[in-house]
Amino acid sequence: MRTTRLALAALAVTLAAGCSSGGDAAPEPEAAAPTGPVTLTYWTWAPNMDKIAQVWNAANPGITVTVSKQAGGDDAAAKFLTAAKAGNAPDLVQAEYQHLPSFVAADAVADLAADTAAVKGEYAEGLWGLVTLGTEGVYAIPQDSGPMMLYYRKDLFEKYKIDVPKTWDEYAEAARTVHEADPKVYLGSFSSKDPGWFAGLAQQAGAQWWSISGDSWKVGIDDAATTRVAEFWGGLVAEGVIDDQPYFTPEWNKALNDGTQLSWPSAVWGPGVLESNAPDGKGKWGVAPLPQWTAGENHSGFWGGSSTAVSSGSKNRAAALKFATWLNTDPAALDLLVKEAFVYPAAGKGQTALGDPPAYFAESQPDFWQQAATIGTTARGFTFGPNVGVTYNAYKDGFDKALKDKAPFATAVKSMQDATVADMQKSGFTMAG
Amino acid sequence: MTRLVPTGVLLLGALYCLLPVSWVLVAASKSPGELFTLGAFTPGSGLLGNLAELSAYRDGVFWKWTANTALYAGGGALLSTAVSAVAGFALAKYRFRGRNLIFNVLIGGVLVPSVVLAVPQYLLFAKVGLADTYWAVLLPQILHPYGIYLARIYAGAAVPDSLLEAGRIDGGGEWRLLRKVGLPLMVPGMVTIFLFQFVAIWNNFLLPFIMLGDDGKFPLTVGLYTLLAAGANQPSLYNLIITGALLSIIPLIALFLTMQRYWRTDLSGGAVKG
Repeated sequence: MRTTRLALAALAVTLAAGCSSGGDAAPEPEAAAPTGPVTLTYWTWAPNMDKIAQVWNAANPGITVTVSKQAGGDDAAAKFLTAAKAGNAPDLVQAEYQHLPSFVAADAVADLAADTAAVKGEYAEGLWGLVTLGTEGVYAIPQDSGPMMLYYRKDLFEKYKIDVPKTWDEYAEAARTVHEADPKVYLGSFSSKDPGWFAGLAQQAGAQWWSISGDSWKVGIDDAATTRVAEFWGGLVAEGVIDDQPYFTPEWNKALNDGTQLSWPSAVWGPGVLESNAPDGKGKWGVAPLPQWTAGENHSGFWGGSSTAVSSGSKNRAAALKFATWLNTDPAALDLLVKEAFVYPAAGKGQTALGDPPAYFAESQPDFWQQAATIGTTARGFTFGPNVGVTYNAYKDGFDKALKDKAPFATAVKSMQDATVADMQKSGFTMAG
Repeated sequence: MTRLVPTGVLLLGALYCLLPVSWVLVAASKSPGELFTLGAFTPGSGLLGNLAELSAYRDGVFWKWTANTALYAGGGALLSTAVSAVAGFALAKYRFRGRNLIFNVLIGGVLVPSVVLAVPQYLLFAKVGLADTYWAVLLPQILHPYGIYLARIYAGAAVPDSLLEAGRIDGGGEWRLLRKVGLPLMVPGMVTIFLFQFVAIWNNFLLPFIMLGDDGKFPLTVGLYTLLAAGANQPSLYNLIITGALLSIIPLIALFLTMQRYWRTDLSGGAVKG
């Protein structure tokens, strides 16, 4: 209990400092220019990041970055928090946007607001909000982002005579058509194992799962927008016209590969997954904006994406920030990120630097990156709360149960809301309402 | 009939254990394209390709992980066996104040899963500056309550008091008795402890996962996990993981086959002496 209270105190302090200090925050002593050569450790799971760090090391003999490749995902966040608690954290860490608030709450990452004014202009406002958490602080530099779009099999859409759905109603209609034509074939699948995917779709619908005013939190996971998304998919699953196979399972991979699943609402990083899991589909897939809730609207959400944070325990904060800034905003580094680490850079000029389409799409969607950039500007995110892990686990439990019991999906959303609120109350956060 | 039933049960058990291993063997032969398309037990054509790709992955980091695992498992099991043998011998053959208390605490220790201890151990190691070093993985695995328990039982049964008495009358010191009389008699038991610990450390995931930050010190289990959890937006390198898993169990199989004769002596020896 003591640690929780400490973490809360830390959050309160950071938030208060962010609100009161305004623009004239004095640079902290740690931010002073380092004397002599320094060595920084960097935990990341992006592929080939060690090669990118070598490029930096060659050009900056004074600041040597050592990359330590970690396992990604929720475990990585837990590991970093444990290391930070033990005073043993790396200088730099890759932080997924949804985990950043928990890092801030544990006071594990440094507030970079004083030195990042110049960087802010590189990013779209929605993305920048993901690292400020709606406060005056800046807790990381955005690295990659995952605006969502619809991947679909062009050839099979023609075969089953369906148009690319512009609204979710049309998507439902297309799902029925396809499944009627061949009961083995589905338009897509609802995944009870990918809360990030569902969060992205909820963002598209305009959901706000967390909000903070003053020092009190409001949790709105069971708001109208999210419930609408859940009930839409629940209806299709109950009708039996949409598969309920979780994504990234061998069965799902197989279905994508042999053409018994025709589409996938996913993020801009989809090509890598398709290329390795559905090699036979090369040159047959296209992309389109996500179907909309109201015809004529143009919204998307984010699935995935991460940032580079400087840990609060780092003795070389200024050097670490220098590297993080170079890595995520320098044109040469962005080029490396795209080519070596296969990420979709968050910085605006990184996105325009993308040239040839992914080989997988070269024939079927030569303007892949232009499409992605256009769709990317329509994506909207929301503020993540300090206990996303609890919420995401409640998603998996709740929707697994709803699928098994054939219960309405709204009950699963309700269980996410309840679990999240209960956990925050237990941790001592002030809750509004 | 009475013989058929046990044989059948054993065959079922063998099948239950060997089927997953044979699946790994077959799956490792599939190229990435074949992995999800060929039937589960249809051999593919990509074994050599997978091996080459695995060796080339990040400049051969897989072999570094293999060497680390060998160091952790080999060194850890050796040290653990030595500690267990000496402690077990002392507990079995000497009467001293607190002996039963120590033994009861040890039995309590057997009941505490090492998983529960991993995080507190990490916090302690971080405090003394040993986290993220080879010692952080080696040290916690040296003291193994179950190994000491086994060694005590084995020493009690295999080392006759009369033999030690005879040695003392001949003027042998206690260390000399341990080395010349106790340990040679305990060899089969020590082999058992060594194998137990070797396999346990070889397969251990949580402790090194928590202790180590530097991927150059990772053992195979944690290293392969970084391939599996490559981040939400990167496809898992399934073909490399499966090939790596296959390679990582080969040393264990080899060890069991070579150590088997000691293992047998152990069982029969225990039966006669007990």
